[in-house]
Amino acid sequence: MEMCKSVYEKIIEHARREMPLEACGYLGGKDRAALDAYSLTNIDKSGEHFSFDPKEQFEAVRAMRKEKQRAVAVYHSHPVTPARPSQEDIRLAFDPEIIHVIVSLAAAEPEVRAFRIVKKEVTEEPLVVIEGLRNKPENQE
Amino acid sequence: MIMKLTINGEKKEVARESMTVKELLAHQGVEMPDMVSVQINGDFLERDAFDSKTVREGDEIDFLYFMGGGGSAW
Repeated sequence: MEMCKSVYEKIIEHARREMPLEACGYLGGKDRAALDAYSLTNIDKSGEHFSFDPKEQFEAVRAMRKEKQRAVAVYHSHPVTPARPSQEDIRLAFDPEIIHVIVSLAAAEPEVRAFRIVKKEVTEEPLVVIEGLRNKPENQE
Repeated sequence: MIMKLTINGEKKEVARESMTVKELLAHQGVEMPDMVSVQINGDFLERDAFDSKTVREGDEIDFLYFMGGGGSAW
């Protein structure tokens, strides 16, 4: 997947701001390009789990539609564990269409990786961060 | 009889006279309806009503999968 650099920076900033809790949200965009981050409340208020607030979840998806975007990915942070899906992430991945982006703050430098999780099978999705992706003409319509 | 609905923001036609929410979710390829939240015309529908609630011509139905996880269990 492709990710606008502003989105990359925003989700790392969100993860840092929520420490020691897990941060979470949607990435909206077109095709396989993440153009905007929609931060959501982690209703678990936990450093080990996250759940989206369903009301905010619907509001975020409607906001994406207004921008002619769709939910390309969900993101969440792992404050102290690596950027790969945990057993919990795999167990609770029900949407086969969506990409799972994980922001790890376990090391000195943040790490961001993307995965598909379909029927409990995990496949890493190559992630390319692109400066100004959101401003490209094809992403403005 | 064709029913016109808006499903997750897209206008669709369903060749049915009547359909429960559970049937609609199956029609949309949802294999685990217990793991989705549904709004009809902007109002949440309780999961225990998926079997009994029927959708009507012109309804706007949105469904989203539960999103959760966490970095604790390895």
